[in-house]
Amino acid sequence: MDVGIVSYGAYIPRYRITPQEIGRVWGTDGEAMSRNLFIISKSVPSPDEDVVTIAVEAARNMMKRSTVDPAEIGSLYVGSESHPYAVKPTGTIVAEAIEAAPDLTAADFEFACKAGTAAIQCCMGMVGSGMIKYGVAIGADTSQGAPGDALEFSASAGGAAYLIGRDKLIAKINKTCSYTTDTPDFWRREGAHYPSHGGRFTGEPAYFKHVTSAAKKLMEEMGTTPGDYDFAVFHQPNGKFPVRVAKQLGFTEEQINAGLLTPFIGNTYSGAVPLGLASVLDIAKPDQRIFVVAYGSGAGSDAFDITVTPAIRKFRKEAAPSVRDLVENKKFLDYASYAKVRGKIRMKEASQ
Amino acid sequence: MTVARFWRENSSRYNLVGVKCGNCGKVFFPPRTICPECRRLSIGKMEPYKLRGEGEVFTFSIVHDAPSQLELQKPYIMAIIEMTEGVRITAQIIDCDPAEVHIGMKVRATMRKIREEGASGIIHYGYKFIPVTK
Ligand SMILES: [Zn+2]
Repeated sequence: MDVGIVSYGAYIPRYRITPQEIGRVWGTDGEAMSRNLFIISKSVPSPDEDVVTIAVEAARNMMKRSTVDPAEIGSLYVGSESHPYAVKPTGTIVAEAIEAAPDLTAADFEFACKAGTAAIQCCMGMVGSGMIKYGVAIGADTSQGAPGDALEFSASAGGAAYLIGRDKLIAKINKTCSYTTDTPDFWRREGAHYPSHGGRFTGEPAYFKHVTSAAKKLMEEMGTTPGDYDFAVFHQPNGKFPVRVAKQLGFTEEQINAGLLTPFIGNTYSGAVPLGLASVLDIAKPDQRIFVVAYGSGAGSDAFDITVTPAIRKFRKEAAPSVRDLVENKKFLDYASYAKVRGKIRMKEASQ
Repeated sequence: MTVARFWRENSSRYNLVGVKCGNCGKVFFPPRTICPECRRLSIGKMEPYKLRGEGEVFTFSIVHDAPSQLELQKPYIMAIIEMTEGVRITAQIIDCDPAEVHIGMKVRATMRKIREEGASGIIHYGYKFIPVTK
């Protein structure tokens, strides 16, 4: 039985800041940071935005493009590492906001930057087994780096939502597989405000090992080579890693360009691969094939082999903003305004 | 079926669900139990009605003296929005510079954080409006 994508929607907050501006404040060479990370700017959420509002906006954009009755949604999972509540699922609020409540199951997922793709896999299993008709999988984050930390140059905000089903598919998911190990490259303890990372450990044994292992496994199982795909989307903690991993695997820059957003909006964590895939679906044509590999620290990778169906021609893309529209709707902030909107300044306790 | 059975505050706040008078067809938001014009004739005829979320600025003001909850957003825009259904709603306009807001500006509803009950309390979400860009 075919399982795949019925609809999708994206959302990126409007504010941006440049590495040069962050570097200016902390005495770091922002120009060099921008070059080394290949990040021109990163998105910044407003003080009234969080993972709930980003997930809701992405999910509503997804529903606007679809004719599916929200009451037919049987599951809703939100993957993030910045859920606003430690206890009280983001998914409950999103389900209510898209009128899918109360007859569905919901839960929040956590697996660093790949929680959104883990949610897609879970929906695929439930839809494929006939347990539910449609499932919603969302990856969204509003991640923060400690002021002055290298992560501050890349950690950003955004998300995308996917409606997974068996019929009305605009893209069929031919296969998914994962690669998971216990690798301490990046973590945040309960209650800690900012994450910690294992420095150099975040590269070779973590990102590259997991992404290439999952990618090779998927191509082996499918009997494909990089040349069989029109597009490839890799997790993009910065602008450099996905380019390098693509080259290692034998993919070209032309294949990855459409799904490479980090240079313009920074690392949206759980939102990164879902947004990259959305950006590809915005321009993909029938029968084009998409290769996707997400990565989450801790660590694991989820890989997907996707084929666009002829139904994408009649898909109502224009009912919601494209990823390009969202990337281009921007307003730049100076560091002081950025610190203010991100709550990095200690304020007097708000009274009721 | 009574309105009370349908009406849930969150659904109303998240999805702009008001009521429509089954007697005269007028739409109300927030929901009310009887129509002020039809009165007795509207009893039992007030049906839930979801607004499309689109409208235009009827009037606005720029707020510089913000309550502590909105301290980080000041100066911010408060407006009365005339919805396409004719009903007027008071709400904040966001993602818009105070210099750019004007009467008649087309806006659409979105969901944002409205208020937090301190650092450990509940977070309230609800509607705000953003300019329609294209
Ligand atoms: Zn009436």
